[in-house]
Amino acid sequence: MMDALLLSRIQFGANISFHILFPTITIALGWILLFFKLRFQQTGEQRFMDAYSFWVKVFALTFGLGVVSGITMSFQFGTNWPGFMEKVGNVAGPLLAYEVLTAFFLEAVFLGIMLFGFSRVPNWVHTLATFLVAFGTTMSAFWILVLNSWMHTPAGYEIRDGVVHATDWLAIIFNPSLPYRLSHMLIASGLTAAFLIAGMSALRFLLGERSDEIKTTLRVGAGLAALLIPVQIFVGDLHGLNTLEHQPQKVAAMEGNWETGPNVPLILFAIPDNEARTNHFEFGIPSGASLILKHSPDGVVPGLNDFVLEDGTVKHPPVFQVFWSFRVMVGIGLLMLLVSWFAVFSFWRCGVEGTSPWVMRAFVLMTFSGWVATLAGWYTTEIGRQPWLVQGVMTTAEAVADVPPVMVLSTLIAYLATYALLTVAYIGVLTHLARKAARGETKPGLEQKSGAAGVALIPAE
Amino acid sequence: MDLFGEPTEWLPVVFAGLMGVSILIYVVLDGFDLGVGTLIPLADDQEKDRMVASIGPFWDANETWLVLAIGLLLVAFPVAHGTILTALYLPVAIMLIGLIARGVAFEFRAKAPASHKARWNQIFFVGSLTTALSQGFMLGFYIMGLQATAAAFAFSILTAICLTAGYILVGSSWLIIKAEGPLQEKAVKWARASLIGTALGFAAISIATPAVSPRIFDKWFSIPEVLLLAPLPIMAALIGGIIFIALRYLPTKDDSWNFVPFIGAAVLNVLAFAGLAYSFYPYIVPEKLTIYEAASAPESLFIILIGTVFVLPVIMGYTALAYIVFRGKARDLSYD
Ligand code: HDD
Ligand code: HEM
Ligand code: HEM
Repeated sequence: MMDALLLSRIQFGANISFHILFPTITIALGWILLFFKLRFQQTGEQRFMDAYSFWVKVFALTFGLGVVSGITMSFQFGTNWPGFMEKVGNVAGPLLAYEVLTAFFLEAVFLGIMLFGFSRVPNWVHTLATFLVAFGTTMSAFWILVLNSWMHTPAGYEIRDGVVHATDWLAIIFNPSLPYRLSHMLIASGLTAAFLIAGMSALRFLLGERSDEIKTTLRVGAGLAALLIPVQIFVGDLHGLNTLEHQPQKVAAMEGNWETGPNVPLILFAIPDNEARTNHFEFGIPSGASLILKHSPDGVVPGLNDFVLEDGTVKHPPVFQVFWSFRVMVGIGLLMLLVSWFAVFSFWRCGVEGTSPWVMRAFVLMTFSGWVATLAGWYTTEIGRQPWLVQGVMTTAEAVADVPPVMVLSTLIAYLATYALLTVAYIGVLTHLARKAARGETKPGLEQKSGAAGVALIPAE
Repeated sequence: MDLFGEPTEWLPVVFAGLMGVSILIYVVLDGFDLGVGTLIPLADDQEKDRMVASIGPFWDANETWLVLAIGLLLVAFPVAHGTILTALYLPVAIMLIGLIARGVAFEFRAKAPASHKARWNQIFFVGSLTTALSQGFMLGFYIMGLQATAAAFAFSILTAICLTAGYILVGSSWLIIKAEGPLQEKAVKWARASLIGTALGFAAISIATPAVSPRIFDKWFSIPEVLLLAPLPIMAALIGGIIFIALRYLPTKDDSWNFVPFIGAAVLNVLAFAGLAYSFYPYIVPEKLTIYEAASAPESLFIILIGTVFVLPVIMGYTALAYIVFRGKARDLSYD
């Protein structure tokens, strides 16, 4: 029988992995919708309104899933990790409270106006509501990432009677890893949305649609991706250097580097063996890691063996998982670079219709690549923090609830089943919406402009 | 900050109060969503769309009050949060899955292929019903002191049914305001039936609460406390009577007075809540942990309080705005 700790970890990992899928889309998609709306107002071109009306449906669906999975998250701390709040509640509590107060209500209330209020409020109020929803989702990301970054690089606190007390809120909020994590996550969200837009538009293109709308969204998606991905790689590198400073054991696990020393190779492939504490089938670029991390071939890079205590207690994360999730993320990042730049070049030289269908197929295949990279990135980050829950302050084992394992197992199975069904339904409905749009069925009300705002009717289905 | 006396004295009370207010708002607001969801199978297809349309713009924000309530419990009373939620582990999980089901069904029923719509309607119903039942179960279990005894289970099942009846009352009262024609007439019938269930619930909880705890018994039935408490049941009976009479005359020809049952149901909620709060104070985990013992460090509570004092009125303001924007009879839900 597995113990409650392991099960609770799997359950938490499953819940948050499911949750992040949806915010990561909505954070950026909100801004993209605002962009479509403003461009429509500016130019009066119908293609922007069409793009808005298609993507607002995807937004509504995604937002709904984000909200319900988020509610689960807020109960998780109490049901499975009571020790977390007891120990660091004085820091985590206010951060979570501010997220609810400044972000959740904002987005939830104005979402109603944004989705259903088009003809009930003046146009500028609707634009403002759209802005506030986008702003609210970004604020959610900000506050939760403050908390998460603080768990990686805690600052501005002291421990009294075994409980963490806040001493400096500015130091807590702007803790050392926040700038990197926040920008990397926000760009990741932009990339995820960009590839989703490009992928679904490419699907509609392959199904035969040739509307101005999808030509626009293909350009917007590919262009946004091409713009963001180099920045993402650059920020990712900075993020890694910052982690090297604060969590060297995590970087050692990402690099699969067991021994401290100079001339550490950049390993491209290996099967790290957590038990034997070595790599199998290693293949890499000599001195590569030393060059990247220390900017000199003989730079000394800390290795995992430095993080084993005298008595044999391991104070570094499991290597295999961190090593490989990091490579999945970086691999997808490079693939994104290749595909988006090639596509933008081709759209520019040959126009959207002149572009090879292989580019479209590549986009369709990469529709959800942002999800995979984001999950892989978070697994690197979070598994890389183990055995700590809050780096240097408390371990994951200290926080777990005293709930019978069978109970955790039964809820875990129920959650997993629900999530599997919903993921299938979500992707299925997106495909359905794309097909319907490609057949030209979504625009029944288009000719009939409603009122002074001059905008088309958009049925909710 | 000693202006108001010792912060460790009053901060916990303030936070318990804030938490109470958000639970109360949640129960009324998401109560009508869940109630409407539970009534879905009784309506025909077109009415179903109308019913969903009447809650479409609101449900997300309504649910956020639950997040706030649980958030305040978490941040202000971390120890109690852990104890309560681990004791309620399974019902919480069931409620969450119910909330997930009804929340996603909102979106999916409108966007999935038409042939799947009936299935999502069912999921919407089941999700709403499970959520309502599990919340009622948790209420009962909490009143019984979070002890896993047979009596506690029996009582919790009773409160589960009664709270669901309460939600149906709020939900059908909401529909009386939002619906027209035959749907409105149906809503009046539903409200009548659920009023009886709600009244039973009130009675059951009023009998069980003092019976479980001698401390609460004393608080209720000793002089002069009994005088303090007496207005509650009297007012509850009065309001119940008003709703009952209103339901006999609704819907009126010019649709006036259609708000009476909803307001009445909301006031009933406040009364029930006041009664419970009076009985359990100062305990947050019944008979085990007081709000004073469970509270976080005052510095952290201050930080939250400052934010709350500024932000809560703003939230109330734009929530009111949303209800004003979407006032009047429900129309078909469209993004226009
Ligand atoms: C679309 C998604 C995406 C893409 C293409 C990349 N990343 Fe990333 N990465 C994330 C999405 C992400 C993330 C999911 O958002 C993470 C998890 C935590 C965080 O802040 O960002 C992350 C974490 C993360 C970390 C862990 C830092 C830590 O927690 O200590 C590093 C070092 C990098 N990334 C570096 C890179 C590099 C060098 C990339 C070059 C290709 C890259 N990322 C592409
Ligand atoms: C930003 C807010 C986040 C917070 C506050 C947070 C908090 C936590 C906590 C409390 C744990 C300990 C429980 C455990 O070990 O399972 C944990 C672990 C974990 N988290 Fe996060 N997390 C956040 C974001 C994420 C995201 C977005 C993902 C992935 C998509 C993620 C993936 C994981 C995984 C996989 C573990 C398990 C690590 C392990 O046990 O080996 N986390 N996180
Ligand atoms: C332990 C961690 C987390 C908790 C407790 C949590 C909680 C929640 C809750 C309760 C909601 C619903 C709010 C509503 O009613 O509108 C929500 C939505 C959201 N969350 Fe999380 N969340 C967590 C992790 C994350 C992470 C890692 C991110 C991204 C970086 C994130 C970003 C968002 C965003 C943008 C929303 C807005 C709704 C949406 O777009 O779906 N959250 N979260």
